[in-house]
Amino acid sequence: MDILLQIVIYLPLLGALVLLAARTDEMVRMISLFVTLASFALSVPLMLNFDVANSHVAQFMTETGPLLAGLDVKYITALDGLSLLLFMLTTFFGPIVVLSSWTSIKKHVKGFFAMLLILQTGSLGVFASLDLVVFYVFFEVTLIPMYFLIGIWGGEGRIAATIKFFLYTLVGSLIMLVALIYLGFHAGDAINNGVFTTDWRLLSSPVYQIGLVEQTWLFLAFALAFCIKVPLFPFHTWLPYAHTEAPTAGSVVLAAIMLKMGTYGLVRFCLPFFPNASEAFAPWMGALAVIGIIYGALVAMVQKDVKKLVAYSSVSHLGFVVLGIFALNTMAVQGAIIQMVNHGLSTGALFLIVGMIYDRRHTRMISDFGGLSGVMPVFAVFFMIATLASVGLPGLNGFVGEFLILNGAFHSVVLNSYWFTILGATGVILAAVYMLWMYRRVMFGPITNKLNEKLADLNAREITLLVPVMIFIVWIGIRPTHFTQYSEHQVTQLLEESREKSAAILQSAKADELPGWAGKFYDITQEFASKIGEE
Amino acid sequence: MVENILNSIGHFYPEISIVVTLCVVIIADLLLKRENHTISWIFLAGLTVTGLLVLQQTGLNTSIFHDMAAVDPFAVFFKVILIIASLFIVLFSINSRELDPYKSRLGEYYMLIAGMILGMFLMVGSTNLLLIYLAFEMTSICSYVLAGFTKRALKSAEGSIKYIMYGAVSSGIMLYGISLLIGITAATDIYGVNASLAAGIDQPMILYIAILMIIVGIGFKIAVVPFHFWAPDVYEGAPITITAFLAVASKIAAVALMIRLFKVSFMDTASVQIIGDWPIFEGLNWNMLLAFMAALAMIAGNLTALKQDNIKRMLAYSSIAHAGYILMGFVVLTDEGITAIMIYVFMYLFMNLGAFYVAMLFSNKLNTESIEKYKGLGFRAPMECIAMTVFLIALTGLPPTAGFIAKLYIFGAAISAGWIWLVLIAGITTVISLFYYIRVVKNMFFFKSDGISEPLVFDAGSKVILFMLLIPVLLFGIYFTPIIEFARYSLKMFGM
Repeated sequence: MDILLQIVIYLPLLGALVLLAARTDEMVRMISLFVTLASFALSVPLMLNFDVANSHVAQFMTETGPLLAGLDVKYITALDGLSLLLFMLTTFFGPIVVLSSWTSIKKHVKGFFAMLLILQTGSLGVFASLDLVVFYVFFEVTLIPMYFLIGIWGGEGRIAATIKFFLYTLVGSLIMLVALIYLGFHAGDAINNGVFTTDWRLLSSPVYQIGLVEQTWLFLAFALAFCIKVPLFPFHTWLPYAHTEAPTAGSVVLAAIMLKMGTYGLVRFCLPFFPNASEAFAPWMGALAVIGIIYGALVAMVQKDVKKLVAYSSVSHLGFVVLGIFALNTMAVQGAIIQMVNHGLSTGALFLIVGMIYDRRHTRMISDFGGLSGVMPVFAVFFMIATLASVGLPGLNGFVGEFLILNGAFHSVVLNSYWFTILGATGVILAAVYMLWMYRRVMFGPITNKLNEKLADLNAREITLLVPVMIFIVWIGIRPTHFTQYSEHQVTQLLEESREKSAAILQSAKADELPGWAGKFYDITQEFASKIGEE
Repeated sequence: MVENILNSIGHFYPEISIVVTLCVVIIADLLLKRENHTISWIFLAGLTVTGLLVLQQTGLNTSIFHDMAAVDPFAVFFKVILIIASLFIVLFSINSRELDPYKSRLGEYYMLIAGMILGMFLMVGSTNLLLIYLAFEMTSICSYVLAGFTKRALKSAEGSIKYIMYGAVSSGIMLYGISLLIGITAATDIYGVNASLAAGIDQPMILYIAILMIIVGIGFKIAVVPFHFWAPDVYEGAPITITAFLAVASKIAAVALMIRLFKVSFMDTASVQIIGDWPIFEGLNWNMLLAFMAALAMIAGNLTALKQDNIKRMLAYSSIAHAGYILMGFVVLTDEGITAIMIYVFMYLFMNLGAFYVAMLFSNKLNTESIEKYKGLGFRAPMECIAMTVFLIALTGLPPTAGFIAKLYIFGAAISAGWIWLVLIAGITTVISLFYYIRVVKNMFFFKSDGISEPLVFDAGSKVILFMLLIPVLLFGIYFTPIIEFARYSLKMFGM
């Protein structure tokens, strides 16, 4: 099983090398499809064999000796409750993304699929790695193929979009790198006999405690990188450009997988490493999340371009995820994790659908459409399901995540205000407004544009790639526990441990040894610690 | 006395071999026809022999010619790097079209390169202030001439003149500093300097001035801000092979010299590893000073590189920035810091030479060094452009390339010594550097070329050289243990 995980991760990369030998475009496509399908098929046994009761234990682990002389950096890959679902989501989208670019990519086909496959390995590595340096390597590796995907195969404004995308992400990740190295040395001094270590299991263990001042800076550095990646308001400005200009496959991977790296990073690293800072910053992060929810929704409402509308809806939806994470209770964090998957499925589906009409009409302007439901009935059904899932209709997946998050945020001790939930919930209403309004303008009404009269309905390939997504949209909506069970134990334990850890750090913190701002910020004088403890 | 000298000669074979090569090149130049590259191959063979002789010295740790120079793992490490760089430069020169009009003068060209190599070999090994200065001048004078080698190109002549003017002043200042240092310590070898500083001196102010003056000289050679003004013009004007050589080899040699000089003479050997704690240096916070120089180099180098359109000039500014990153390791003069520098220069060697090499290939075919003219090349010469992308990504310091490992170690060394602000500046300037590196990639891949789309074909030989540079850059990004082991092993300096 351990070796299976490695195969799943590196198979796409191997495929990219094999592509170099491929002679025809057809062969390139077939190889890519085969490789991604194989990678997905091989990942299914991982999910089936996952020990749900011990989801907090890293499973299918591969661990090597130290890679870097003098630094205790090991290649550790494994899956646990936090990463399993996202890992599966990534392997699941592999073949779908390949299929979606089957005919729409006409130039430099080999390069395109090679980039997709490298990106796939990078993304899988991000979710599977349990060492921060290895994580960082994969995190950065995903940037370069995406840069080329947007830059070579993107739309009109692709060049500005690539620059924005690359720079924003890199600013965050380099600051994170600095923090990461600092953290490694700090942890080494504290718990690893003075040898630099970035082993997640060591850093997240209750034994390792970071002082309040360091926690603040480290948290800010890590959170900045992840918030840019999410993207959280006000770091979101790269996203609409990147999404709009990217080719369909690029948008789907970006939305379904790469954005999740940000939220995943927040849960995996920020919560267990910096428990006090996470608590203290929770209301701020929550506030930004809520602003993002409303802002994203309002901006989405006025978009003329369908793809841009979906892009802004992402900002809004990911606001929910961040709100859930920083509500810091099991229900909300569970909701956040399932919502990451949901957003991947529904927004991924929406981008696929937008890509399909773009392939037919070479425009994405809402005003160019209207009345498509008559000409493309099958398409209309799929589009409807994806739209409703994105809106959060009960019975479909979106509802589950949003409900858990809002409910969790309502009871959250750390957020300590109902306003987060009340304002956040308006995002659901606004989502219904902009999504359904968009749907109506595109699909219903009379056909105003003659070009739309003879549009072909979905072909077999397009139906094949949408059906699996729809199945999961409905499945999660009806039986959410089939999926939430994987992370439940780990989330419970992670939150509990970080609560204890934060209480312990607060207790040992001495107000007079801290700079004034830190004492005030962490409310050392009052019984903040006990308040958390009671929950 | 005589015995010492005879013994020392046994440890001096690499340098002797260079001198022999130099002489052979001169003679061969007179005897052979000048229409082909026979002389290049002779020179290459000489360098290979020298390289083997250097490798023979591994494990030695001794001092030769009455403490004039040391043959220790530290020196051997840098000699290996220098010889690798020189071998590549000869290969580049064989492929360069820029040098074709000067084919009849190739003997002269290689003779000067041999002189430079000899100077740099002495620079990394010398432990005597006088020899340090001699080695320094030997390198400089050869490089002044080489910078102006393509003398019919106006820019080349201009660069050469600027280089001489600037170099003469800097080395004059350095010589003044050295003479002051000799004056107050009454010693010419760096161990003696250290001993007499340990015994205490009356006029620390003179010592500080002397050190600052020496930093000026070395700073000039490394091209670190504020002693970098010569670099862009010289790099742009010089033939691209020489630009690459200056940007890699002479910079690395000067770094080695600086490390040895500072570590051996200005550090309290009784309490090694703690820098700046020596009471004698109370009045001169020199690691803070160097930290500022490093920060300035990173900021100025990267910001100025943004505006450049000539690829050589862009790489010149980028190399100034890289000097800043290297200096970061120097600020932390612990074993960690020095290992980090050694790893950095090793990786830097391949990635920077690679970038210059691809630039040279393009300039051979397209006759231009303008980045704007690279538009659409990505699909006309895919292999070369992918390689260029890898080199530039490595120079930025992104994984999974060798550049990331280099940055990781240098950042790590600085952070573990508490220089967080410096590392933050380094991180932010790295982002800035991405702008101009990625601009090349952008032009190559994201734009259509104006009208022309037939592929550029390069011969097999040039592809082989490309792979010799590309493979290390990729390989050392994932498998680097031998390099790190080599660097750590090579920390040992004679007398420490």
